Amino acid sequence: MSEKGMFGVSGSGDTSGFGGLVNSTVITGSTQRPFGAYFDQVADDLERAYPLFSDAIEKVIVDRGELTLFVKRDRLFEVAKILRDELRFEMCVGVNGVHYPNESGRELHAIYSLLSITRNQRIRLEVSVSDQDPHIPSLVEVWAGTNWHERETYDMFGIIFDNHPGLTRIMMPDDWPGHPQRKDYPLGGIDIEYKGATVPAPSERRSYR
Amino acid sequence: MTTFTDPYASSQETTEGRVYSVTGGDWDALVTEIGATKEERVVVNMGPQHPSTHGVLRLILELEGETITETRCGIGYLHTGIEKNTEYRNWTQGVTFVTRMDYLSPIFNETAYCLGVEKLLGITNDVTERATVIRVMMMEFNRISSHMVALGTGALELGALSPMIFAFREREKVLDIFELVSGLRMNMAYVRPGGVAQDLPAGALSKIKQTVKDLRHNFKDNEKLLVGNSIWIKRTQGIGYLDLAGCTTLGITGPVLRSTGLAWDLRKAQPYCGYEDYQFDIPTTDTCDVYGRFLIRMQELEQSLRIIEQCVAKLEKLEGQPVMVADKKIAWPSQLSVGADGMGNSLNHIREIMGESMEALIHHFKLVTEGFRVPAGQVYTAIESPRGELGVNLVSDGGTRPYRVHFRDPSFNNLQSTAAMCEGGQVADVIAAVASIDPVMGGVDR
Repeated sequence: MSEKGMFGVSGSGDTSGFGGLVNSTVITGSTQRPFGAYFDQVADDLERAYPLFSDAIEKVIVDRGELTLFVKRDRLFEVAKILRDELRFEMCVGVNGVHYPNESGRELHAIYSLLSITRNQRIRLEVSVSDQDPHIPSLVEVWAGTNWHERETYDMFGIIFDNHPGLTRIMMPDDWPGHPQRKDYPLGGIDIEYKGATVPAPSERRSYR
Repeated sequence: MTTFTDPYASSQETTEGRVYSVTGGDWDALVTEIGATKEERVVVNMGPQHPSTHGVLRLILELEGETITETRCGIGYLHTGIEKNTEYRNWTQGVTFVTRMDYLSPIFNETAYCLGVEKLLGITNDVTERATVIRVMMMEFNRISSHMVALGTGALELGALSPMIFAFREREKVLDIFELVSGLRMNMAYVRPGGVAQDLPAGALSKIKQTVKDLRHNFKDNEKLLVGNSIWIKRTQGIGYLDLAGCTTLGITGPVLRSTGLAWDLRKAQPYCGYEDYQFDIPTTDTCDVYGRFLIRMQELEQSLRIIEQCVAKLEKLEGQPVMVADKKIAWPSQLSVGADGMGNSLNHIREIMGESMEALIHHFKLVTEGFRVPAGQVYTAIESPRGELGVNLVSDGGTRPYRVHFRDPSFNNLQSTAAMCEGGQVADVIAAVASIDPVMGGVDR
């Protein structure tokens, strides 16, 4: 990822030099064993319970004391079931979407936070899909509580959770166009009109980066 | 069929059957008209503007007589796009947004968010002890004020007015403490990445001690009114049943989970903010019902008071310690003080940055307009809010503004259990069940 400029300057006669700045960001690469803490134990247990581990898990990231398993979407349902039944991650506390428009082919990420009360541990599953084919199998059959979280992620990012019992918008009105949390969806986006005067949409106002 | 011209109630034919709109007015006429139809199955929209649905929550109830056959929740009426908005402001300004999510537990939202930012920055251990103890104390006060609303409005919705009056009387005392410490009664934006906005004002600890004493005494009023009250027990015992298996699959946490007998509380299980150093118990019941959840909330009040007393003892020893991290590249530069005009920058600080130190002026300007940079990565932090696990997903791309802020709000998740708790029960019990979940729609819809 990279970001150009500062103070939102673009297309002007800016001579400050801030417009020429380029900030590039490196997202942490894959982590190799040993992972530290209880993460090796979790990975070992999963490998033992799930022979297709190396095929299903694209990479493992351990960052800031948290474990993230990147799961192929075709394997997600199986992995989730084994994590619940064999490894006793009883709860999926939530689903979070993130839109990375610059990662071509894997623009949309869904992140599942899992909690095991038995083991008193947390891990995270991350699945990425492309903008053109935003389908991820639904985990409602594994953890019923993901129902609303998946609906929210669909509403906000347009990720389609296959086999979800009722994938409809949850926050926005049913006929709302677009998915508001995507990065290409502007904040506000609609001019505010009041008593004949027009205030530009928040996305059109000056911003500081 | 009788025709009536009640301006507040009308009916029309649709493809789904006859739809009656009732917004008050003459119920007798409506009952007569509905009685004339053959259909037993009635779909009732309760809310979003209804005094007993705990906020702008819309419940869609399918009834056979008085029995509920299906329940669904309609939410989103309070969606304000806070998560999207934070992406357009710097990390510190995010506090001001997130505090408005679950408006009954602002300090929890702020603390969860700030713990996440601190984890991303890698300064978790640099936050001073005094700041952490103040956070804990404010959180526990907030737990009391939130539980007071849960108990008060819950009782009010079941027709008991006096408990609400007592509960709001106690809540007022807690809000006075918030005002004394932060300058604001709600949505304080008091907890900031790196510490808290300002130290306790002079004389705060003695006022807090007095308040703890008053609260402990006054809590007995509600206890006497409700615990063991036969009407209250009839309305709440065995109502809104949800067992442990239901809770785990639905991801339910907080008092609802603890009413199944499982003592799961993140303050004990996965301590944060130094909770491992405090003495307190986790109340549980094994009744899985509304009454059990009510008892848990009542007992948690006393536990919160215990923690606050320990905080006060610690704060007395930590007098004079800073309440913000030492790193001037992160610490919010303004030095707030509660003056005669409310809250503002301290005059000494303004004198310093405007007249004496160019460096201080530059730092102030840079941090306030641009903000600090946060290394790229993502974290999940969870704390035990009054309603259960409040989780924060933060993603940074290395810039001065969040790339993604997502709140896993316990109300949002727990509200999913409405159907499981209500179906097969009576209409009147829906109110008790929803009140026992204690959803706050600001947190649900964000």
